[in-house]
Amino acid sequence: MKISISVNGVAQEHDVEPRTLLVQYLRESCALTGTKVGCDTSSCGACTVLFEGESVKSCTMLAAQADGGSITTIEGLAASDGTLHPVQQAFHDHHGLQCGYCTAGMVMAAVGFLDENPAPTERDVREGLEGNLCRCTGYHNIVQAVLAAAEGAKQ
Amino acid sequence: MIPAAFEYVRAASADEALAAISEHGEDAKFLAGGMSLLPLMKLRLATPTVLVDVARIRDLSYITDAGDHIAIGALTRHRDLETSTLLAKECGIVASVAAQVGDNQVRHRGTLGGSVAHSDPASDLPAAMVALDAIIVARSAAGERTIAAADFFTGFFETALNADELLTEIRVPKAGASGFNYQKFNRRAQDWAIVGAVAATVAGTKRVALVNMGNTPVRATAVEAALASGASIADASMSAAMGCEPPTDLNASVEYREHLARVLVRRALDASA
Repeated sequence: MKISISVNGVAQEHDVEPRTLLVQYLRESCALTGTKVGCDTSSCGACTVLFEGESVKSCTMLAAQADGGSITTIEGLAASDGTLHPVQQAFHDHHGLQCGYCTAGMVMAAVGFLDENPAPTERDVREGLEGNLCRCTGYHNIVQAVLAAAEGAKQ
Repeated sequence: MIPAAFEYVRAASADEALAAISEHGEDAKFLAGGMSLLPLMKLRLATPTVLVDVARIRDLSYITDAGDHIAIGALTRHRDLETSTLLAKECGIVASVAAQVGDNQVRHRGTLGGSVAHSDPASDLPAAMVALDAIIVARSAAGERTIAAADFFTGFFETALNADELLTEIRVPKAGASGFNYQKFNRRAQDWAIVGAVAATVAGTKRVALVNMGNTPVRATAVEAALASGASIADASMSAAMGCEPPTDLNASVEYREHLARVLVRRALDASA
């Protein structure tokens, strides 16, 4: 089937099988490999992207379900001159990663979360990111990074 | 993991969805948010040959004041339930339980109708529907019928819906902005409830329903009866597991689940008093 999706602001048109998962579509059809496949069972959140501005797990969504909509992946966050998105910068500043595998999903989930809750408490952040696992257990600095990004956005 | 091949049909209206399902027969399934169906398909535990995507039927996504009840369109997402000011005011328990389903990403896609039609006894919202005596509206080419929540959940992943019916609306009573609580017990964030207990107050009467204490969500009728006859919360809660046949699995034995039911019902009732 033919699908048209705006990915990071770029119109993409592809012919895909209906069973194509969104994550597979992004990585293989669009060659955007920043989005990772982690557990592949919608538990870990490594594949999190924004669909219509809201966080979703792209391993548990069909590309067909996103047809006609807009997707933002980790590649779409930084400005065209390379300036990092404030959440990316906060992860950098606060060392919000260890091995880095969960990072793309963690950052996308955080961006979506802060859009819905711009002034979160630490508990809000932990609950807001409950769909994302860090197997290095690096949660402390991830939470600090998200709080710092929220604080930075207020100033 | 990739699902087995299927044909994808997108319905723009309930009528289109019903026409597609009757055309393709038993091997076709409705797809709403897909939060339960897609994982089953990826594991090849479900292999429908046709998926009828109903998620874009805009006029089945609403939360409206219908006078003596609140009417919720089947395709209303958990996120919309969680953030609805109308629900918070008129039937807060639904918003509160919806906020505890899965995680943010799941709540952005999953729908009330999808969760109810999936009929997983470990799901949160079906138990709330049973506690509230919600009315479930099903539409087929032959017309519309209503099913009481108590009659709707007929077994493990089984409901009273016929293969040619689409769940279109759920009606919940105006139970108010307080007097409820949901206790969800799990070991890991975003996990299913090992056991859950919903306490709600409808027209001055306490209702209690349990998650994952049998093949379907169940009302803790013995607890309700004890409360009605004047028993204390502590005493009434001791009957929480009465008549239940909970599963044994990696997470918990029958005895442990029965213990959790008693503890969680007491906590839910205390918090909702």
